[in-house]
Amino acid sequence: MSFFTEFPAMERADLRDLKKGIDSSFKEFSRSWGESIEAFFDPLFYFLVNFEKLLLATPWPIIILIIAVLSYVGSRSWKLALGAAVSFLLIGYLGMWKNTMSTVALISVATLICIALGIPIGIAMSRSDRLQAMITPVLDIMQTIPIFVYLLPVVMLLGIGKVPGLIAVCVYAMPPIVRLTNLGLRLVDKEILEAADAFGSNYRQRLFRVQLPLALPNIFAGVNQTIMMALAMVVIASMIGVKGLGVPVLQSIQNQYLALGLMNGLAIVALAIIFDRVSQQYGKRLQRHREGGNDD
Amino acid sequence: MTDFKIEIKNLYKIFGPNDKSMVELVANGMGKQELLDQHKHVLGLRDVNIGISANSINVIMGLSGSGKSTLIRHINRLIEPTVGEIIVDGDDVLAMDPDRIRDFRRFGASMVFQKFGLMPHRTVMENCMYGLNIQGVQSAEAEKRAKHWLNRVGLSGFEDRFPAQLSGGMQQRVGLARALATDADILLMDEAFSALDPLIRADMQGILLDLQNELHKTIVFITHDLDEALRIGDAIAILRDGELIQKGTPQSIVLKPANDYVADFTKDVNRARVLTLSTLSHDTGAKEGLPLDSNLSIEEAMQEMIVSDQNLVTVMKEGKSIGQVSLNDMVAAIAKPKTTQTGASNAYR
Repeated sequence: MSFFTEFPAMERADLRDLKKGIDSSFKEFSRSWGESIEAFFDPLFYFLVNFEKLLLATPWPIIILIIAVLSYVGSRSWKLALGAAVSFLLIGYLGMWKNTMSTVALISVATLICIALGIPIGIAMSRSDRLQAMITPVLDIMQTIPIFVYLLPVVMLLGIGKVPGLIAVCVYAMPPIVRLTNLGLRLVDKEILEAADAFGSNYRQRLFRVQLPLALPNIFAGVNQTIMMALAMVVIASMIGVKGLGVPVLQSIQNQYLALGLMNGLAIVALAIIFDRVSQQYGKRLQRHREGGNDD
Repeated sequence: MTDFKIEIKNLYKIFGPNDKSMVELVANGMGKQELLDQHKHVLGLRDVNIGISANSINVIMGLSGSGKSTLIRHINRLIEPTVGEIIVDGDDVLAMDPDRIRDFRRFGASMVFQKFGLMPHRTVMENCMYGLNIQGVQSAEAEKRAKHWLNRVGLSGFEDRFPAQLSGGMQQRVGLARALATDADILLMDEAFSALDPLIRADMQGILLDLQNELHKTIVFITHDLDEALRIGDAIAILRDGELIQKGTPQSIVLKPANDYVADFTKDVNRARVLTLSTLSHDTGAKEGLPLDSNLSIEEAMQEMIVSDQNLVTVMKEGKSIGQVSLNDMVAAIAKPKTTQTGASNAYR
């Protein structure tokens, strides 16, 4: 009868041995491979560090000017450019300039990595249904697995610091761009692709001249989502030693500093809104040719 | 019979996973419905044989589901055949490797689509240049040629617009200019004018005929509209359920329909516009009569006769008389459709 009342679970000792075995073999792995894996990520580390240094070394008025100009170029809206400049002035005035620059550096590098890896993966997925069936569950795992679960092995392998933080951010932020690249490419009108084929386009010509340009609005929605998700990871990344706006937020949680947490939290929100609006406006402009009538 | 530009021989297309093994069943007479019910394969084309003459407009006509769009896509191999041969200028298209087929599509045959197939992110000019870009033509030269063709289809001044800013008729002119710009001998037109409203359609047919008078391309034109087929076709082939049921000149289709199906199609046709003097002409020995060209339609001839108050025509071909046609002959030809099998006594409207 005990079969029905008690779940036929594994013996406790066996289970303990299994877990121990996995733990020790991973420790073994990280001891023997940790350094070379760290060396592999070295270029990334230097890139991130130097980009951060550059942002901090540049005089603040120039940074604000660059941000205003980029906002204008992206969105073609004076209001948005002005809003971005005022937000950064306020952030600086409230003493959060350094942390903000660190966060901007992290987000920019993370987004670039996600684009560089995510778009080719999305393209590959759009070509093959089998690959799509294989990658989709991986993306599901990346988005839903509790962050701390993969944070731990990353820290065991690479220690605490910028690179593990960056990797954690990328793992979380990459799925949208992969998904939306794949979706965007698959949604391109079959008749237009047939026309491209009928004129003798080869695969590259078809991809770069027809498919990608038409999928760009979707791909851009993916970039936007990726930026937003990267920003959402800022506080968690600060737990494993990434500098930036997340650090004071973490401190405020531990020490009940209400104002500190609020100010830094709002700075993250300001960054998010600026990035989001600018990239969304840019994405909208990419679609403009689709609408009839009034052009620019 | 090697003077055909394109020769389609014993072409079968069956859609389904085991298409090759179904060919024999179909060749032995299994019908479309039986094939679907018993083997879950769809019959696309059955033993199609057509010769397409160079420098003429060849219309392939059929209702939806007849396989006409499938057939035209075999010519540039957008669809892979199950078995068969398509010989273009002595080469079997179906035996070409991917590089050769790409070259054939770039230089040998261009295509115009029912829903235009324009690229919405490219301007009219860039769309028109697409084929030339793919051919590797220098951009200055490509722009010059594209401009020339846009001008020819009456789209000067619209170069920088996007397709979505143009009407349907104008979009299809872009499609036509894009296809002509590649300078291919063969022009494949898949229901090119079917999505346009009747006035614009007639307009486009006129543009196509004007261009053809000058360019003499080999045009394969797909349509479901018999009036369109009769107006532009030098030769017409009629498809039904993937089978070719009749091919011939417009006049022979109207005068001698191969079966009830074709007769049903043709019974409502304006015969005065399709039949020409040469089909009715017979030598009566009479010398008098209004001299008219043999290519005139009966409709046009009647107008001439009314204007000059005559009731006999002398049919002229290359300056010589080949016979006569009387007003009575004309009335008889128009008034008595040969659809006696269908019992449609008042078929002519």
